[in-house]
Amino acid sequence: MALATRTDTGHERRPGQKRKPPRKPSFIGSVWRSTIGKKAVMAVTGLIMLAYLVAHMFANLKIFFGPGDLNGYAHWLRTLGEPFLPHEGFLWLARVGLLASVVLHGVAAYQLSRRDLAARPRGYAHQRRRASYATRTMRWGGVILGLFIVWHILDLTTLTVNERAEPGHPYENVVATFSTWYGNTIYIVAMLALGLHIRHGFWSAAQTLGAGRPRRDRALKLAANGLAAILTCGFIAVPIGVMSGVVS
Amino acid sequence: MRLTLRIWRQRGPEEPGALSVYEIEDISPEMSFLEMLDTLNERLILRGEEPVAFDHDCREGICGACGMVINGQAHGPERTTTCQLHMRHFRDGDTIDVEPWRAAAFPVVKDLVVDRSAFDRIIGSGGFVSAPTGSAPEAHATPVPKPVADTAFEHAECIGCGACVAACPNGSAMLFTSAKVTHLNVLPQGQPERESRVLDMVGTMDAEGFGGCTNTGECAVACPKGIPLQSISTMNREFLRASLKNGGRGAR
Ligand code: HEM
Ligand code: FES
Repeated sequence: MALATRTDTGHERRPGQKRKPPRKPSFIGSVWRSTIGKKAVMAVTGLIMLAYLVAHMFANLKIFFGPGDLNGYAHWLRTLGEPFLPHEGFLWLARVGLLASVVLHGVAAYQLSRRDLAARPRGYAHQRRRASYATRTMRWGGVILGLFIVWHILDLTTLTVNERAEPGHPYENVVATFSTWYGNTIYIVAMLALGLHIRHGFWSAAQTLGAGRPRRDRALKLAANGLAAILTCGFIAVPIGVMSGVVS
Repeated sequence: MRLTLRIWRQRGPEEPGALSVYEIEDISPEMSFLEMLDTLNERLILRGEEPVAFDHDCREGICGACGMVINGQAHGPERTTTCQLHMRHFRDGDTIDVEPWRAAAFPVVKDLVVDRSAFDRIIGSGGFVSAPTGSAPEAHATPVPKPVADTAFEHAECIGCGACVAACPNGSAMLFTSAKVTHLNVLPQGQPERESRVLDMVGTMDAEGFGGCTNTGECAVACPKGIPLQSISTMNREFLRASLKNGGRGAR
């Protein structure tokens, strides 16, 4: 722009005072500060957790092939990557990545939800039913998942709340969990919540990351429903297997 | 037609406000919703009461001034603006609730009138193209492929009425902002500001106190001009691309 027509929007300067160089905003800072960027963090961390859950679900199904298969798999996970990685090295990498994901996901969800509620301080007197069940339950469903993750780790990783559990025997510990009514209830409720969360979440993540197109919408919704159904059924198969005596 | 109207009455921005009930008779089904309100106001004035304040201008569905929430739906039951909504879409004896847009960024001025100038500030921060002034450029100087022209036009249809914000449970302005970002970012004329436009408009949108998007889809259902929900995805893509390219720095 020509100097004569330039309007300086910066701070007023006294003559002779040097112009302060504007601070360069960092990529991470500006992404985290904006509603779109923060949602993108949720989408990426959500997809990381989703990818993990797919692997986790298929691994769990090994329980139907007997104690040898599942316990052998658990042992293999701990030696994976050796000798390049130390014993349990891969496992800890995955744990750190997942912990970071769940924390970022939860913090972003909390901050965005606070903002969203503040942006609509007053509702309408005439209310209509809005959006699908899965869409409306993302926040509370997410909280259920968060609580479940804590219980699940105390139950089958640290074995703190699992009576009759023995370290190094995942097969037997899983059977112990699903031999109690509360173990089954907590787990099945959480998996139904997971299915709903993914039903909206997978499609939503595609929108957030810019992959949404009008002509791709049906395919994305179909994929989200498929993923949600496969994960929910795959995970619930294990307690059903134990309850029905197929796994014991 | 005979109707019971429950209308939000509020004297001023800081006053409390409440729904007031009005019985109204002799309404023709051919009247538009605004004509029905005009009739009510004439009768209120004759009775010495304060008429209901509402915004309107073109009354032909192109200016976006006439927003109000009718029975919980922005612009009422049809996909059109309130001025183009006709009373034949209601039944004799109906009770109709009329409320102003509800969003922190759209404070109520009076009754059904809200202050939508936050939209103007979003547009001011990037909803333009830089063009040399002077005589009009030759129309064929900048070729625009047909699909691009169609996309741009589809999004240029936004009239800034605010129905998307009113319908969104998060009071989010993403559909509005994405309409302008998409309109200008796909066109060759919009390329010089492609990155700064989306960064600055999203920055202003956030600063004005609009909420974020949870992909609820209410906005696109309410939009009288049919801006598609996926336009928000386009804006997200443009925003992430611009952030990667510019390190999140707009023009301002
Ligand atoms: C700590 C527990 C969790 C909380 C509090 C939580 C909460 C949320 C919330 C509030 C949303 C946004 C919903 C919306 O925009 O309507 C969301 C989105 C999402 N969540 Fe979670 N969630 C949790 C755990 C998980 C887990 C374990 C997964 C793994 C599958 C996951 C995957 C996703 C995905 C893929 C999205 C979509 C992101 C997007 O909309 O762009 N979440 N979550
Ligand atoms: S009055 Fe102009 S759009 Fe309704």
